[in-house]
Amino acid sequence: MRPLTEEETRVMFEKIAKYIGENLQLLVDRPDGTYCFRLHNDRVYYVSEKIMKLAANISGDKLVSLGTCFGKFTKTHKFRLHVTALDYLAPYAKYKVWIKPGAEQSFLYGNHVLKSGLGRITENTSQYQGVVVYSMADVPLGFGVAAKSTQDCRKVDPMAIVVFHQADIGEYVRHEETLT
Amino acid sequence: MGRKLDPTKKEKRGPGRKARKQKGAETELARFLPAVSDENSKRLSSRARKRAAKRRLGSAEFPETNKSPEAKPLPGKLPQGISAGAVQTADKKGTQSLFNAARGKKRPAPSSDEEEEDSEEDDVVNHGDLWDSEDSDADMVDDYGADSNSENEEEGEELLPIEKAARKQKAREAAAGVQWSEEETEDEEEEEEVTSESGPPKEEEADGGLQINVDEEPFVLPPAGEMEQDAQAPDLQRVHKRIQDIVGILRDFGAQREEGRSRSEYLNRLKKDLATYYCYGDFLLGKLVDLFPLSELVEFLEANEVPRPVTLRTNTLKTRRRDLAQALINRGVNLDPLGKWSKTGLVVYDSSVPIGATPEYLAGHYMLQGASSMLPVMALAPQEHERILDMCSAPGGKTSYIGMREGQAAQLMKNTGVILANDANAERLKSVVGNLHRLGVTNTVISHYDGRQFPKVVGGFDRVLLDAPCSGTGVISKDPAVKTNKDEKDILRCAHLQKELLLSAIDSVNATSKTGGYLVYCTCSIMVEENEWVVDYALKKRNVRLVPTGLDFGQEGFTRFRERRFHPSLRSTRRFYPHTHNMDGFFIAKFKKFSNSIPQFQTGNSETTTPTNVDLPQVIPKSENSSQPAKKAKRAAKAKQQLQKQQHPKKASPQKLNGISKGADSELSTIPSVTKTQASSRLQDSSQPAGKAEGIREPKVAGKLKQRSPKLQSSKKVAFLKQNAPPKGTDTETPAVLSPSKTQATLKPKDGRQPFGRAKGVEKQQLPEQPSKKAAFQKQNGTPKGLQSPTVSLVSSSHTPPAKRRKSQSRGNSQLLLS
Repeated sequence: MRPLTEEETRVMFEKIAKYIGENLQLLVDRPDGTYCFRLHNDRVYYVSEKIMKLAANISGDKLVSLGTCFGKFTKTHKFRLHVTALDYLAPYAKYKVWIKPGAEQSFLYGNHVLKSGLGRITENTSQYQGVVVYSMADVPLGFGVAAKSTQDCRKVDPMAIVVFHQADIGEYVRHEETLT
Repeated sequence: MGRKLDPTKKEKRGPGRKARKQKGAETELARFLPAVSDENSKRLSSRARKRAAKRRLGSAEFPETNKSPEAKPLPGKLPQGISAGAVQTADKKGTQSLFNAARGKKRPAPSSDEEEEDSEEDDVVNHGDLWDSEDSDADMVDDYGADSNSENEEEGEELLPIEKAARKQKAREAAAGVQWSEEETEDEEEEEEVTSESGPPKEEEADGGLQINVDEEPFVLPPAGEMEQDAQAPDLQRVHKRIQDIVGILRDFGAQREEGRSRSEYLNRLKKDLATYYCYGDFLLGKLVDLFPLSELVEFLEANEVPRPVTLRTNTLKTRRRDLAQALINRGVNLDPLGKWSKTGLVVYDSSVPIGATPEYLAGHYMLQGASSMLPVMALAPQEHERILDMCSAPGGKTSYIGMREGQAAQLMKNTGVILANDANAERLKSVVGNLHRLGVTNTVISHYDGRQFPKVVGGFDRVLLDAPCSGTGVISKDPAVKTNKDEKDILRCAHLQKELLLSAIDSVNATSKTGGYLVYCTCSIMVEENEWVVDYALKKRNVRLVPTGLDFGQEGFTRFRERRFHPSLRSTRRFYPHTHNMDGFFIAKFKKFSNSIPQFQTGNSETTTPTNVDLPQVIPKSENSSQPAKKAKRAAKAKQQLQKQQHPKKASPQKLNGISKGADSELSTIPSVTKTQASSRLQDSSQPAGKAEGIREPKVAGKLKQRSPKLQSSKKVAFLKQNAPPKGTDTETPAVLSPSKTQATLKPKDGRQPFGRAKGVEKQQLPEQPSKKAAFQKQNGTPKGLQSPTVSLVSSSHTPPAKRRKSQSRGNSQLLLS
């Protein structure tokens, strides 16, 4: 377990900022304690300092996880956000997409969101903007990238993809092994 | 037979290549189906054929399956096949009689068996005939017809010798009595009919007799001989009836018993029947019979056949039970709150959607968890800001419940405290990670240790939950394999592991924690060896005691069981059963640790003796009586050097103290040899600290008092030196005083000055001591620390005051001399 290097921190923050923008600051400076990011086995964990101290006692090969896993660094040092970070992205998301009940299941299986399944979308979403996907009941379902800007979404035909899927909560069941 | 039979499909006919390709099932299989020519040439299903066969034969006891259809095709077109078949049947009957004779040894088979066997054998062996006959029939494919006839003839010819060979082999095997298994594999349906009916034929008759007489005569225990004949598939109905009868009889044994049959015979019969009916192994059933009274036993066994209702636990970090219930009902789930004892539990009666895959589940609004698994966490009652260890946490249900409870009170400080979730199984740890992330529990650290490695890795937890791996005898409804694969050594192995884990868990708890100091031990087993025995073991081995779990329902744990006796506080543990509480079998015990020290059972007084006391007596066993003070002194010096080098574990023994005192005496024996020898002799005699020895023993006698004045008798200094701080202090204050003390304080492991001191002491001791006595006394009295100790020493050494005074004086003298 080690702290992130400058480079790694920069890459990660860039990625996260795509979804929550400057609210990222709120992740770091929290009123109820100091939280930090730690790297362990190529995965980034977001954890409070108190917990980190306990985890420091555990040897590296026996430590499986601590706090919340945000994502992992790939072999080429790109950062990939996992669905486990959804709990922290959802409250601070700047651009949101709501999908209709019928399209929920499809998204939870890992498919992209089509225009026919689109319920609402935040105004002035630009193309390729990171978005958080919600159900109509305001339950966060995952996140993705907007394939079309809000204006284009209105014009496009119903079978066109409007949100590229990146992560969804169905992965808890589908990809249980890769979460660790 | 993967292809569907479609009678409307026409077969292609003609000599072309395409026609020769495989046809639909109806054409291919028509060759094998024997019922083509039977009964209006209608194609019957297998069941219809059997019915037809039965009708043909007429008698219920002898279900002939395909005999007549076989017979009918026999006089078919192929004369060879037919005749061969006929010949075969005739021959077979001959062989079959042999076979039956062989089988008859196994069990007295009536003729019905023979006929049944006939039919089966015919079936088996007549397949070739069938092939021939079928092929010879007109409605077979013409394509194959031209070739098939020849093929069939060839096949027939081939089969004939094959059939002959098979017959021979069967005859051989019949003689060996092995045929039975072959036939079983061949045609199982027919087998079942055969076996079930001809099963134990005697019992059939007896059963028939019983059924007829059941209203008239009371239940008759079958004679002992018959009990062993239940080897082959007994009639389950009959067994069940017998179980009920025997339970009824045993309930009122005096009145209903049969004369001449003992209770144990009935019990044995019952055990066997229960094992048969519910498919249990003998070992486990024996254990259950010990655990439950008979009426409960049957209920327990019945309950294990049925799965417990599905329950789930709301995740209050993300939703409320009310909202969740509403959302799930909207999806089509039929549910109810779990009970008064749970505020977050819901029980699911039925569901139109998979309950483990709803969007609410994926969003982490609830967790599928057994009702009994919610109880240990309720018993643990974790508070906020506590450090909690969950030693065997997979798959994470209880851990997440702990996390939820920890964060429940304040919305601001969600997920307070820290939880360390540990498990020894790497694959199951993945589900822990997944579940904790899904449910949004963030204050956890997940590790992969063997639970026994705690507290070495990290300890000092406020609360610990140990859900120990067990034999699983409480969750038989989830895993029926437990019925048969658990053995005595499995249970004992589990118990051993649980004991080790429990001791490690106890050591990981911090008894001085402000809010905690609790440990919950739970298993999903109902065996006493894994539950009460393990708890009792822990009570003996560690400073813990049992406290009430806080669960007001559930059965109390046993305080005695068969030959074992447990601590009475075991009544505060709780047992849960599937048949009484409708949840999985469970056992929960809650400990409170009241001291962090680990009780040692070998050592007696851990505080009184110095570690280096050991060597002196060994080196100078009988020095006091020697009349060679110089030698003694030398030996003493050597001993002290050795002592200085070595550090021995604390062991108190009067003998060693004696030795020490003797050693000390020997040092001083050079000058006041007379007095000291006398004193030493007295020391020897008296078992109480006298003089130097007194000081040494005083800690024993008045162990609590810390005798801190080194100016006192050197023996006392020895005692002081055991308690590390004072000697140092005194050293600084009275260096002169110390050096003689050090001579006797060679026992103190720390001092590097001892040899030096020893030498000094030796020298100085040789000086006349008497003039210094008073000074010594004064000095002794002067020091603040010494105030208590002289009085103490005086008090304790009241037995030999003169010697003591002399010694103290002498010591004081030596001290003064040094100063």
